[in-house]
Amino acid sequence: MTKAITVSGLHKSFGRTHALDGLDLSVGSGEVHGFLGPNGSGKSTTIRVLLGLLRADAGAAQVLGRDPWTDAVEIHRRIAYVPGDVTLWRNLSGGEVIDLYGRLRGGLDPRRRAELTERFELDPTKKGRTYSKGNRQKVALVAAFASDVDLLILDEPTSGLDPLMEEVFQRCVAEERDRGRTVLLSSHILSEVEELCDRVSIIRKGRTVESGSLAELRHLTRTSVSAELAGPPNGLAGLPGVHDLDVQGHRVRLQVDTDRLDAVLRSLSETGVRSLTSTPPTLEELFLRHYQDAQDEVTAR
Amino acid sequence: MSAAAFAVRPASARQFAGTGILLRFALRRDRVMIPVWVAVNALLVLSMPSTIEGLYGTPAERADLVAQMGTNSSLRAMVGPVFGDSLGALTAWRVGITAGVLAAVTGLLVVVRHTRDEEESGRQELVMSGTVGRRAALTAALLAAAVANGALALLVTAGLAGQGAAGSLAFGLGVAGVGMLFATMAAIAAQLTESARLARGLTAAVLGAAFVLRAAGDSAKDDGSSPLTWASPLGWLSNLRAFAGERWWVLGLFVGAVLLQAAVAYALAGRRDVGMSFLPSRPGPAAGRLGSAGALAWRLQRGGVLGWSIGFLLAGLVYGGMAKGAADLVGDNDNAREIFQRMGGQSGLTDAFLAAMAGMFGLVAALYIVASVLRLHAEETSGRAEPVLAGAVGRLRWAAGHLAPAFGGSVLLMLLAGLGLAVGHGEQAGPILGACLVQVPAVWAVGGIAVLMYGLVPGAATGAWGVAGAVLLIGWVGPVLDAPRAVLDLSPFGHLPKLPGGPMEWPPLLVLTALAAALTAAGLAGLRRRDMTS
Repeated sequence: MTKAITVSGLHKSFGRTHALDGLDLSVGSGEVHGFLGPNGSGKSTTIRVLLGLLRADAGAAQVLGRDPWTDAVEIHRRIAYVPGDVTLWRNLSGGEVIDLYGRLRGGLDPRRRAELTERFELDPTKKGRTYSKGNRQKVALVAAFASDVDLLILDEPTSGLDPLMEEVFQRCVAEERDRGRTVLLSSHILSEVEELCDRVSIIRKGRTVESGSLAELRHLTRTSVSAELAGPPNGLAGLPGVHDLDVQGHRVRLQVDTDRLDAVLRSLSETGVRSLTSTPPTLEELFLRHYQDAQDEVTAR
Repeated sequence: MSAAAFAVRPASARQFAGTGILLRFALRRDRVMIPVWVAVNALLVLSMPSTIEGLYGTPAERADLVAQMGTNSSLRAMVGPVFGDSLGALTAWRVGITAGVLAAVTGLLVVVRHTRDEEESGRQELVMSGTVGRRAALTAALLAAAVANGALALLVTAGLAGQGAAGSLAFGLGVAGVGMLFATMAAIAAQLTESARLARGLTAAVLGAAFVLRAAGDSAKDDGSSPLTWASPLGWLSNLRAFAGERWWVLGLFVGAVLLQAAVAYALAGRRDVGMSFLPSRPGPAAGRLGSAGALAWRLQRGGVLGWSIGFLLAGLVYGGMAKGAADLVGDNDNAREIFQRMGGQSGLTDAFLAAMAGMFGLVAALYIVASVLRLHAEETSGRAEPVLAGAVGRLRWAAGHLAPAFGGSVLLMLLAGLGLAVGHGEQAGPILGACLVQVPAVWAVGGIAVLMYGLVPGAATGAWGVAGAVLLIGWVGPVLDAPRAVLDLSPFGHLPKLPGGPMEWPPLLVLTALAAALTAAGLAGLRRRDMTS
């Protein structure tokens, strides 16, 4: 698979703050890639480097096979960008801004523009100042989805959208994927990421801490298992990868590293299983673990 | 929660709840801006008596000066009528209008900054959700302006006390009165418009009209009695006659106007919602034709270009019409001639007047070019530049879109000023246009400095206003203060040939143009290299 975005060892400092500290990122062509991290972890800085708005101090970045700093204009013809906080010109209407953004990229599909305006229930005749936060986001989203581009870079694009519009957004992203476009989606709405993304990168303090498909990431974490057995369990405590074991009579609750699940199940069925529930880790748990680590480090200081 | 938990207070007190906190907050935010404006204004006024004494040492010389001024309508149009030959009276005459204009600008900036600016940015909403009364924000803004003008009045009164206690008090209060008058006018404009930029523009337009009305009135009458002069608050300031038999009742005009305008502002504010205005925005087109960063920049700047163009043309017409009067002056009055010569640079008085006017338009155009160049900075810091630059738009092309109306617009403004002067004067069209156009390289040089500051140190870009202010001060007050050549030479305008009348000199124009180009190029090179901030 060719890569839409490759970033390796990216460094960027603002004064004494190290915003990016050796960040890696790899987004394949045609995939929807989730870009996760706590506030201030460097997501927006990375995106602004990818857009050629910031110049990296060290490290390599390629967007659509080119250098985002030197070939910014060429790359931008094939990119649509939606910032997390859209500011509009007070005296320009939403429709004017959509068309402007479209023309500043590779062009706009007028049919799709009309259709999206309808689906997002956006009034394009209102002027910039009169839009609410969610409606300002819609202006940028309509412009991005209607643009004729190969790569969409979305930086917390749904902030301020209501749940109905959130759903419209998710369908639009799915359509983009079906059309073979690449999407880099930075988001805090984990259900959205879980629903849409093929692969995910989690960053913290300017460094990538996890990257892979959701299945791969789940593999790295624990599954929680609770079971009611025919008799008292034995040997579970000695199994590798078992954590938080809690035995009460015939009832068992435990956490197990997902790649060790097999041995646990075998041990349980030897005793005889009456009922069994096994929950795969949610992205939230995955993510919280990294948030938590960050928190712990802060409190430890 | 029980109802008793709410303190029972009269409704009128609740309207102003939180004013004290907001005032302290406003003064904290303005801790640099207000002292600088007040200090510059006060220094300008307080340096005047010794300067005038240096230029006109004996009472006889001063009496001579007053006699000449009385007979020259063009001089009166520029600086107003003179009512006495004491040092105090001459000080009030010479700097009165300038000090009044500076106080007015301070007042309008402070008020709009703490009212419409806050609402437009959305910050006001959060503040209003606290225990803050409906009238608190406006009151705090007006009080902040009152603090600035009060400090100015105090400094001027104390500093000029040596020239006469009554006169210094009248003059200090008069200058502060002009400041408060435009502060309350800005308070009204802030209710009418939805944008702070427009509120400032409207108030500044009224100030400009007040300046022109007074100039027209004073050129017609030598004692400030023209109805046109009385129609202008700047005319009230000179008609106060500080140090020359003060007419104290004129201060009543200021008090009345300030109270009336404040009442109107409060009434309007009470009839609208937070963030809304009386001039609401209409719906726009559902589809747009803007297709490039350049078109966008022109769309954003065209209103400004139009407004400034109208102002330059009208002012040109008015001042052109006054030029004839300059020649009426008795030919052998050396002192008046000397002032004009220093401003205009040569001896033919009509020519000197026209040259001084061309120079003045150039100085004001320097303000325009700084405002226009700094739109780049505003676009960048507001975050609006980011999605544009994320399109297929190079930074240089984006910047060029805004620099074209900045640099091209200043040529247009000087052409229109020249056109106005030529039509108003009725002859010498070619030389007058030439005189205005030679200002352009100096205007560009100031613009180049603004581009350089924006490109290299975006955090200090607004410092370009300081450069424009210094250039304005040197050009406006320098010749009257008889400032040393070294100081005058600091300004690019100090190097221009004095046209019409003087010899045309190409080298300074070429050097300034090259300098402007180099500064702009350096600024753009910096912009290309640096990180975009937001």
